Amino acid sequence: MPHRTFLGFIFAPLLAMILFIAMPIVSVVLQSFHIEHEQVVIQTETCGPFGCTYSTAIDTAATEQLRREQPLGRFVGLDNYLDRGHLAADEVQHAWRTAGSIGAFMTQLMNLPFYNALAFTLFYTFTVTPLVLVLGFAIALGVNNLPKLLRGPTIFGSLLPMIVTPLVGSLVLFWMIDAQGVIGKNLQLLFDSPNLSLKASATLTWVTLMIYGVWNSAPFAFIVYYAGLQTVPQETLEAAMIDGANSWKRIRYIVLPHLAPLTVFITLIQLMDNFRVFEPIVGFAAEAHATSLSYIIYTDLRSQITRFNSAAATSVLTIIGVAVLLTPVLIRTWRDFNRKRV
Amino acid sequence: MNLLTKSALVVGAILASTSLVHAECRIETGSIQMLGNEFAALQAVADRVEECASETIDVSINLTKEFGKLQVAALSADPAEYSVVITDNGALVPLMNEGLVRPLDDLVEQYGEGLNESQLIRVDGKVMAIAFMANAQHLFYRADILEQVGVDIPSSYEEIIRAAQAIRDAGIMEHPFATNSKVGWNLGEEFVNMYLGYGGSFFAAGSAEPAINNQTGIDALNSIKTLTEYSNPDFLTFDSNATQALWEAGEIALAIMWGSRGSSILDDEGSTSQIVSNTVLAGAPSVGGNDKPATTLWWDGFAIAANASDEDAEASFRAMMHALSPGLLEAHNDKAVWLVRGYQPTPAATGVSASASNGASPYPMLPYMGLLHDALGANLGDFLQGREPAEQALADAEAAYRTAAREKGFLN
Amino acid sequence: MAKRKSPSLQFLSASFVILWLVLAIFPFVWTFWGSFKVEADFFSKADWRNALWGTRTIAETGDAFTAAGYFGAWIQEEFWRAALNTGIVVVSTVAISLTIGTLGGYALARSGYRYAFWLLMVALIFRAMPHITLVSGYLPPFFQWNVWGELPTAIIVLVAINQPFTLWMLHSFFLNIPRDLDESALIDGCTRFQAFRYVIIPVMWPGVITTGLFSFLLAYNDFTVTALLLNQQNQTMVPKIASFLGSTFEAGNVMFAVAAVVSVSAPLFLLVMLFQRQIVSGLTAGAVKG
Repeated sequence: MPHRTFLGFIFAPLLAMILFIAMPIVSVVLQSFHIEHEQVVIQTETCGPFGCTYSTAIDTAATEQLRREQPLGRFVGLDNYLDRGHLAADEVQHAWRTAGSIGAFMTQLMNLPFYNALAFTLFYTFTVTPLVLVLGFAIALGVNNLPKLLRGPTIFGSLLPMIVTPLVGSLVLFWMIDAQGVIGKNLQLLFDSPNLSLKASATLTWVTLMIYGVWNSAPFAFIVYYAGLQTVPQETLEAAMIDGANSWKRIRYIVLPHLAPLTVFITLIQLMDNFRVFEPIVGFAAEAHATSLSYIIYTDLRSQITRFNSAAATSVLTIIGVAVLLTPVLIRTWRDFNRKRV
Repeated sequence: MNLLTKSALVVGAILASTSLVHAECRIETGSIQMLGNEFAALQAVADRVEECASETIDVSINLTKEFGKLQVAALSADPAEYSVVITDNGALVPLMNEGLVRPLDDLVEQYGEGLNESQLIRVDGKVMAIAFMANAQHLFYRADILEQVGVDIPSSYEEIIRAAQAIRDAGIMEHPFATNSKVGWNLGEEFVNMYLGYGGSFFAAGSAEPAINNQTGIDALNSIKTLTEYSNPDFLTFDSNATQALWEAGEIALAIMWGSRGSSILDDEGSTSQIVSNTVLAGAPSVGGNDKPATTLWWDGFAIAANASDEDAEASFRAMMHALSPGLLEAHNDKAVWLVRGYQPTPAATGVSASASNGASPYPMLPYMGLLHDALGANLGDFLQGREPAEQALADAEAAYRTAAREKGFLN
Repeated sequence: MAKRKSPSLQFLSASFVILWLVLAIFPFVWTFWGSFKVEADFFSKADWRNALWGTRTIAETGDAFTAAGYFGAWIQEEFWRAALNTGIVVVSTVAISLTIGTLGGYALARSGYRYAFWLLMVALIFRAMPHITLVSGYLPPFFQWNVWGELPTAIIVLVAINQPFTLWMLHSFFLNIPRDLDESALIDGCTRFQAFRYVIIPVMWPGVITTGLFSFLLAYNDFTVTALLLNQQNQTMVPKIASFLGSTFEAGNVMFAVAAVVSVSAPLFLLVMLFQRQIVSGLTAGAVKG
């Protein structure tokens, strides 16, 4: 396709992405290298309905002056990335020097917010992604085998976990898994342990989060695979059948290779989405036992005093993490792409 | 309440509000844009601001739970997107840090004749906001259960622990106590309350250096830990909704909850009359033999944007004065603990009033308090789960705070 | 294909689908049933079976079922306004996303140059940016330019944020459409756009509909963008539902939220029923055999 035609076709999406994603990302990267100005603080008295207290306040006029001179704040290079809230260079070195054993080192490492979050994020990503792929493909095959009349309602039912607004979906599920809730209570009966609580132990919280993750994302893999299954060339399948290939062989040698681009697509999207896991942590109030990179960003931005520089650094680290994670898949796509190139 | 009475109420409310439209605001021109949190009492205030709308006065109101994330950016624009913000002693701080709210002394002098002196929030001698509601966490107890085990009304956390033990020993409840101990802001707030109850101070005098890793901090943490042992093992997930649900289901007999939840706990929905009629709201308990209640007092109020035009600022102030005039209380007296003149305290207000009159401290309005609060909320959970000693948890919180304060320019 | 499978395999596959359906649907059926109860039953801390029998619902309303949640959400809280706004946001977002996305996705699938690949990669990496960071970055300029709070602003942002995903997905589907189809049209003297218009558009619907479904869900379920970029007048459903849930200080009307969630799923049911026919019939008849 000539460059000019290509540009004509892609102009609108490109413009939208440059304006609303690329430029903000440049600004985020810039801000991750800065911290705010020194605040000029004055001693003062604060009075209100409950009496007066001596406290401090910011001298806004003086601070404003500093701000006008350098609107981005103070340039600090990589300091934001290396501070305790992120890669914690000093703390990790200190832990390495003082910890007697690998175990003790890991304990100290897990006490740092970034590594603690990273551990859960990675574990979640690498558990949920393959499960979603397998489950989604299995459901797609199953639904494809159903009589045509039943497929409509089945597709709708299968999509429900994805359709229901996560905000309320997790609220309802959170109540269902409560020790007094319908799932929680029945699990207690099932495992015959009246004190079982999915919310109180770290392990069970992780398991719950991951089951929710698979439940929530399997419909995505399912519907993509299902749409893809409709494009499998029937002639090839029939020819294979005449040659005596059984169901498993047909799936292994015809269907799976045909759906490979979709598998790559689902893997990419799932790796990325799972790496950004966030909503279930908030929905299931799992902060005590599991945090993720996105959760750290969220708390920085949501807090009363917004920490944009810190959030920017974590965001950039998230992007780098995703890039590293996707590299193997990307290399594969690159080969495919070159092979298919005319 | 069935559907019919509900619709009758709605229709009645519409009729009442149309008959109330009058030109009491006495504003000639200007536009009033208001940003605030979304809940019933503020909605009532906003509706009264809306009464001021006319051909020459433009009123637009945005009440949203996300107001905290919007306010700084919205008021930084010039002209500001909003002329008046509803705020509280936590949310006002970032606005003051950025110099986005204007001193109100001249407006108070000109139009503030209906205000009590105690409603004026003065920082460095200048009125920066007007408070109109109060709130605090305090004790809720079940009179019938305390009577059953023969325990007096607890006035300190030590007595709460004894009462909880008595209820447990009597076999009535295994986990009779709950408070908002969810990791994050809620847990941070519990520590702030307990630490102030022990008489601690958060920062080295006159600086932003944290000073919580000391005996007072350890005592405060240990008290919280002892309390959580009488709480359901899920306690690290308990927010206000969870504790209220536990209370209304009759699963707990002693709780520290927000006063603003009182009226919805005491209403006829969500619980049995046995529970409701025995629910009593009392002042916040003290701790460690001190007199002072271990809680912090909060106010809700309003502030006017620095980047709004003088005309809009004046119009907004006068509209708020109209909204907060005693007429507000005719229909909405029981929606909040009002600081407005003419307020008649209700049973739901007793806990907050008792805590205030017993000398509880206001939540500190320091420019960097929010950073410490977040650091505490994120780091104390490990201790409560028994994963690390109190000293380590406090050291982690201090370290997390230092990182944040350095980034925001409060520490070097 | 179905007829030729062995019965035991057929049975296994059907029971697997049924098991999955139960898991997928159960929370939703539970929510639907519970939406006609009072909060003390549906979120019962005392006994979960209250939600089945409506113990507290009977005590509070005199009947085992109540429509108070629906009444409260739709009439008292004027949820229909939010539904209307969501309708506008969702329809516009999906329409714009798909229009520009199909063109872009087609170009990427057929370009053949290396830069197309790198463009896709960069778009994909872009997608990794957490939305909350992006949206926090938008706030100051949007307020300054006075475009904050308007529906078009939120729509454009949603389209842009969703574009990398749309491009990738459509590009994957276009790769599955044999090149010979449009190449032969080119040889017959069509321009690229005509080839796209007359040859590709008729066979691309399954991919477009599946992609559209995801754009739809993104716009429909979005919280971060709509909650932070729209004012109260333009509020959409999800932030509205969130506002029913209460805050630390104030108790919410949780049953309003539950009722709202149930009622907005009804149109979705219709939509999916409509689309699944397209997914099934489209490509098999068109591209592969054509």
